[in-house]
Order: sequence, then structure tokens, then C-alpha cells
Amino acid sequence: MSTKLNLTLSVWRQPGPEARGQFVTYPANGIPDDASFLEMLDMVNEQLIEQGELPIEFPHDCREGICGTCGVMINGRAHGQERGTATCQLHMRKFSDGDTIVIEPWRAAAFPVVRDLVVDRSPLDKIIEAGGFISAPTGTAPDANEIPVPKEVADSAMDAAACIGCGACVAACPNSAAQLFTSAKLWHLNSLPQGQAERFRRTEAMVETMESFFGSCTNHGECTEACPKEISQDFIAYMNRDYMKSLVYNRRLAGQR
Amino acid sequence: MLPDSNVPEGPMADKWENHKFNIKLVNPANKRRFTVLVVGSGLAGSSAAATLAELGYNVEVFTFHDSPRRAHSISAQGGINAAKNYRNDGDSVYRLFYDTVKGGDFRSREANVHRLAEVSVDIIDQCTAQGVPFAREYGGLLDNRSFGGAQVSRTFYARGQTGQQLLLGAYQQMMRQVGEGKVKLHTRMEMLELVTKDGEAKGIVCRNLTTGEITSHAGHAVVLATGGYGNVFYLSTNAMACNATAAWRAHRNGAYFANPCYTQIHPTCIPASDEFQSKLTLMSESLRNDGRIWVPRDPDETRPADQIPESDRYYYLEEKYPSFGNLVPRDVASRNAKTVVDQGQGVGPLKNGVYLDFADAINRDGKDKIEERYGNLFQMYERITGEDPYAVPMRIYPATHYTMGGLWVDYNLMTTIPGLYAAGEANFSDHGANRLGASALMQGLADGYFVLPYTIGDYLAPKLGEEPLSVDDPAFIQAEADVQGRIQRFLSIGGTRSPEHFHRELGKLVWEHIGMARDRNGLEKAITEIRALRDEFWADVRVLGESETLNSSIEKAGRVADFFELAELMARDALDREESCGGHFRVESQTEEGEAKRDDVNFANVSAWEWHDENTAQTKHIEQLDFVEVKPTQRSYK
Repeated sequence: MSTKLNLTLSVWRQPGPEARGQFVTYPANGIPDDASFLEMLDMVNEQLIEQGELPIEFPHDCREGICGTCGVMINGRAHGQERGTATCQLHMRKFSDGDTIVIEPWRAAAFPVVRDLVVDRSPLDKIIEAGGFISAPTGTAPDANEIPVPKEVADSAMDAAACIGCGACVAACPNSAAQLFTSAKLWHLNSLPQGQAERFRRTEAMVETMESFFGSCTNHGECTEACPKEISQDFIAYMNRDYMKSLVYNRRLAGQR
Repeated sequence: MLPDSNVPEGPMADKWENHKFNIKLVNPANKRRFTVLVVGSGLAGSSAAATLAELGYNVEVFTFHDSPRRAHSISAQGGINAAKNYRNDGDSVYRLFYDTVKGGDFRSREANVHRLAEVSVDIIDQCTAQGVPFAREYGGLLDNRSFGGAQVSRTFYARGQTGQQLLLGAYQQMMRQVGEGKVKLHTRMEMLELVTKDGEAKGIVCRNLTTGEITSHAGHAVVLATGGYGNVFYLSTNAMACNATAAWRAHRNGAYFANPCYTQIHPTCIPASDEFQSKLTLMSESLRNDGRIWVPRDPDETRPADQIPESDRYYYLEEKYPSFGNLVPRDVASRNAKTVVDQGQGVGPLKNGVYLDFADAINRDGKDKIEERYGNLFQMYERITGEDPYAVPMRIYPATHYTMGGLWVDYNLMTTIPGLYAAGEANFSDHGANRLGASALMQGLADGYFVLPYTIGDYLAPKLGEEPLSVDDPAFIQAEADVQGRIQRFLSIGGTRSPEHFHRELGKLVWEHIGMARDRNGLEKAITEIRALRDEFWADVRVLGESETLNSSIEKAGRVADFFELAELMARDALDREESCGGHFRVESQTEEGEAKRDDVNFANVSAWEWHDENTAQTKHIEQLDFVEVKPTQRSYK
């Protein structure tokens, strides 16, 4: 059977986007070590409600590490200390009795706090909207086996496509850059034969939209460290290469307006 | 009266083609004069929104998530079926149709299922063109696997993340239309009421989950793609926010709810470990291809699994079903797990699971091969349980996974309210009483990409020139006031228990009485107890804070309130259906060997329930199911 932990939480509470926030300390006693991190927060919230205090708002949904909704800074690290693990998949057996856990929302100017631990990540959707797709209107597709895709290419596209859009890369980056997110989508689409027609148009549009919201990359590598899907920062290099090319390919001819 | 199901005339294979020709069209230049509201952004919602916008309609999409990509379709692991016959193993549209009708235990509408099988091939083409990174072979062609006991390899997959990749494909197509200005996207907006006038759907009322603002939205048609109601069980593989409120609000406004008792209990989930458990995690069904399921023969067994000799192990599926073995359909696998656990043979600290053992597969194929096939699942299992499945057998137990019941729709996917459509898991669907593996993704995308965009034109065409109802119309004003009133009521009760508490208690009742096995006594008891708990909820729920901000307690309270009414209808439907079929197992109706026994004379039909008010039980309407192509037989997997 599980053992029980007594913990102290220091949680960022902020009533609204414009309001001033602060850390508030809560005891979290008798937490079974089989519980997930979010179930621990559930238990604390039930206790708060019982005491007539507002529960802590935190982002979560599938609790299987795939929807990308959850994500908080745990002791200063995005999704906590366990590698390749989203917050919802982190379990309390990774903590020790008596620990103090500091819990904050994602830290990035592009992700303003909505309330407590919940932030607004809509700029990530803006990047996809700018070009994160292959234009394939319904009904126009040829037979799926008409375009062979080498297994290696399909596999590496899948490695990049595994991104869950949680924003941990941004939160972990000292510059709040979104290069890992953007480059993962770009490599997924740019590496496939189906994605070639729009390759450079897509790259320029997505990179420039990204730049309008987020900071710049200076190769710290914190993004890959924090990524729950361990997406490689090599994709950033591929993106930079394609972006340079795109400035040439997309350039208008002299005299064109 | 139940409206006509609008199944077209003619031979089965020609119905859909003929229907597409016969229904009314909207001229390309006129499509922009229509607005369609799509609620939900999962596979069905995103694909419908993208396709409708490509056709030229104005589309507004509503999702309660912060991004449409978070819809629960994203969690689907295993794959998507399509009758491509790329393996040359004898698959065909007819075989997929046949398997789906039979797998659904002869409780689905044949014409719908045939259409589903027909468009399945287009889905794979469509998704591949979008760049969905399906698994491939070294020659560069698409790979397939056999899934969930199918006798052919027709399942396409993208590692263990097929749902994610298909959803991202549909989401990206939709975001392209957002960029083009054809789709207006409303995130963090939860639909809380359907607005009708003169019997037709005119729009919806939503709450902005960030600011609490209540707003009205009008359109020429409304599409509900809001998923299933599995969370009525509290513990399920659904995401935490999955709920039935949108569908239930439609039901209360006149949409009939069909077959609510058809719920699917998935056999391979990680068993609950304690009271605090918030959800159950699915382990893909593909594991049953290599894992062997067993329990100790002796209920008092204390030895660890690897020290129990073969002779003391009970491989119950292999013994009872020699030809299908561990690959029997979901309902059969789940029921048998319940039987052995109820007999006290369960394993694990709470004796609430069965072993799924990979030792033989690891000996046969090597650990590397197993890791390549299931590495991500084994890792997920290890994180959750703290046990290493390469060394000790996994423990699994069935959990609620999918709901075959839902809003009744005709062949055009229109509900009993003209102008209101339901797509994906939200409708009562093509899966009958039991859904086959890798068919949910297929159905969601079939509805969204290839069915709804055609059929909706038939309703819209005659409405050319009509403006959407003004949001100042009394119908909208009244609906907004109702929504406000309900929220204020939650805030003013000032009780002692959280909405979460009531949800958990409701879930226990539903699991116990309307779970894997149902009988008259239990169901009657369930109705009484659900009502009592509902009364307690409305008298004692504690919702703190205010409405003009992010307040997850308000969201939760509204969803739980609707689950109470839905749970009661589930019990009533299960009580009324005095037969066993697929996921609905009435203890009173079983064969001598303990298998589900259908009653085709009295129950080869769809039960569609009509709402009256809180104090009056719903009335039942019947749609008779005719089986022209596939003659009902007793399913046998021996």
C-alpha cells in the first residue's frame, strides 16, 4: 500500500489578469505517494473548499500527458524535475515527506496569467494559423499510397509532430522563446513530400508570427530539457536553415510590388 | 412521434451515392450567406468546421478549451480503421460494414454503417494529404495492423498517438480557415443552452469561462460535436472536462436522446488505486495482441506473479474462447474480467485487477521488439503505478471508455430538432450496442469531413435569404436569463460539499448499478438513489467565489447537475431494455454459458427518449431496425 507524505505548498495565487499576485502557503498532509501531482492539488482544493476558501485554479484535462493543457512550474522547473514528463504524469512518489514545493504558473510575457496557475497560451494557435498546415481541402486527396514516404522521414516527422503544445519550452526558456514549438511543427510539415509546395511560405509566415509574440533563441537548450515529449532542439537548426532560404525564395523580383 | 430516419431507397451499396444526388444543394455563391455554429473542436467538430468553411459557409466554432487542439479526441491511442485492403487480406467495404454491424450486436442502422465503411477509405487519403504521419514501411507505403480482434489488418496508426495526429490534422485545416477569415474561433466558451424558435434550432448561449460573460450566438444551423457522456461514471478514461451538458441542453429543448444505456467499458485500463483517484488511464488494446490475460486459480494466492506456476494460473479468455483467446471483443473481455474479480480472484493490493502478462512475448520476441511496439505504453504504466511491466505483469481492469448512446439523428445526422445536427460520439452513432476498436476516429472524421458537409445543405437550401434570428429576440433573452439564473442558484445554495464530491458519489452509484452488469433490482434502486443524491446536491452543494471570473467550481456544478438527469435516464433505458446486447448486459438475459442474449423479437430497435420536464419521466419512441444485408446471429467468439 502507499505511504503518506506531509508536504508544504507555496502556491502563486492571483485573482485575475490585472490583479496583483502573491505566494500563499498551504499544508498538504496525508498525501498518498500513489497520487499524481494534480490529484494532490485536487485534495488540497477539497480541503480549501471545506474551509470556505477559494480553490486553486490550475490547468488540466486529459491527465494522460497528451492534451497539453496542464503545466506549472514546480520548484522552478517547467513540469517539475522528472524528464520527459508532463505535470499530470508526475507522481508524488517522486517527492519526499517534509518537502516544500513551490508552484507557479508558466513564466512568459506572451502567456499572461488568467487566474492563479492558469495562463493564456493563445499565441501558439496564432503561429499555427499563420502557416502550420498543408493546404488540403477535403475531397482533393489522391490515394494515400500514391506518395511513398521513406520510413525514416515519416518517423522523424512523427518525432516532431509529437509536440503537445503545452508551452513548457517557452516557460523554461530564459528568453521566453517559442522556437522549439514552432520548429517542431515546421519540421513535421516541411520534411514530408506533401508539405513541399508551401514549405518556404509556411516557414516565413510562422517564424515571423512567432517573433511578433515571443523572445529570440540563444541556444540555451532549456526547452528540450523541459519538453514532456523530449523534442530535439535540432529542429530549431532545421528551422533556421529553412527560414534563411525562405527569405531568398519568397523575395519578390526587382520591380515587383 | 419519431421523425423519419430518412434512409434512402435503393440497394445498400448505392444509397449514399443516390442520396448525395437527390438532396438539395446550396449554390457556391450563396454558401457565404449561411452561418453554421459548430460546438466542440474534436475530430468531428474540427473536420466539419474546416470542410464547411472550405465549401464557403461562414462557420463559428466554440470550444471550452483554451485551444481547439486540446479536445479529447487527442487521447485516442490505437488507430483508425479503413477498408483500403492494402494488405490484400480480403478486406472490403462490405466486410468492414459487416464487421461493424455484427460487432455492434445488431443494434445499429445498416445504411449508416455502410456509408461509414464507404467513406473510411477517403479519410485515410484525406489525412495523408494533410501530412498526418501515419506509420510506414521501409518501402514508404502505409503500414497496417490488426486491431481489437479484427480478422484483417485494416487499422492505420501513428505510433500510440493516432488520435493526436488525426486531431492535429483536422485542427490545422480549421486554423487555416481561421486565418482565411472563414471560421470564427471562440475559445474558452462553454455552450450552456440551445435556443429554438418555432421548433427550429436558432443558436446557442455560452459562458465565457475566463470572464464569466454570458453571450448569445445565432446561426442558420447548429452542429453539436461535443463528445460522449462517459464521465457520468466519474472514473473513466475521459478527460476531466468531458461532459454531456451541450447534448443534455439540446435534449431538454426537444432533441430525443437515443440508447443512453449503451456504454462501453474498455477492458485494458490501469485499475483504481485509491479514493483520491481522479481518472483512469487506458492502456491501448493493441497490448492484447502480445499480452496474456490471467488470474491465480486460488483466490487466496499470495505468491508474486512470477512464482505462480502455469498450473495455478487461470488464462480465462484462452480457456473459454479458444479461437479468439485474448482478442475477444471489448464487451466480452470486460465482462469476463469482472466475473473473475467478483469471484475474488483479482490481483493487486485492492484485488481489483487481472494480470496482462508479457513474459511469453518477451521470451519469444525479445525485450527490444516489445519495447519497440509498446515502449511508450510501458513507460506510462511505470509512471502511474511505479511498477516495471517488463519485470512484473501489468495489472488491468475495465473502465468506462466510450458511449454508443447519444442524441438521436436521422441519416442526415439531424436530430429531432430541425437545424440541429449531432456528429461524432455525441450522436447515437453507427456503433450499435458495442463499438469496435479503431472505429471512433473513423466515425468522427466520417461525420465531419464527408457526411455533414453534404447533408447540411439539404436543410439550408430552402432558407436562402433568411437572416439568423436576432440575438435580441425574446428566445435568446429568456435563454440567457435561464443560464444566469442557474449560475446564481449554484452560488446561493451555500451548502457544505463540493461539486466534485457529488460527482464522485454519483459515479459510484452509476458504476455499481448501471455498469458492466445490470439487473432489475439494481436499476430500480439506482433511480431512487440518483434522485435522492440529486436532491441533496441542489440543497447542499458548495460553489464558492463569483461568476465574473474563471471559476471551475461553477463549470463543474453545471456539468454534474446535468449528469444527474442523464444518469437517471440511463437507468430507465437499461431497465426498459430487457435483453442483453453489446455493452448492455442484463443479468436476466444470458445464455447458459453466461453470454449476452439478445431479444430480436422485442428489441431490434432504437429507444429514443423525449424530455418533458424535471418531474415527468421521459417517454420512449421506437425506431425499428431492419436487417436486410446482415442477418442477426448470436455472436460467438469461441
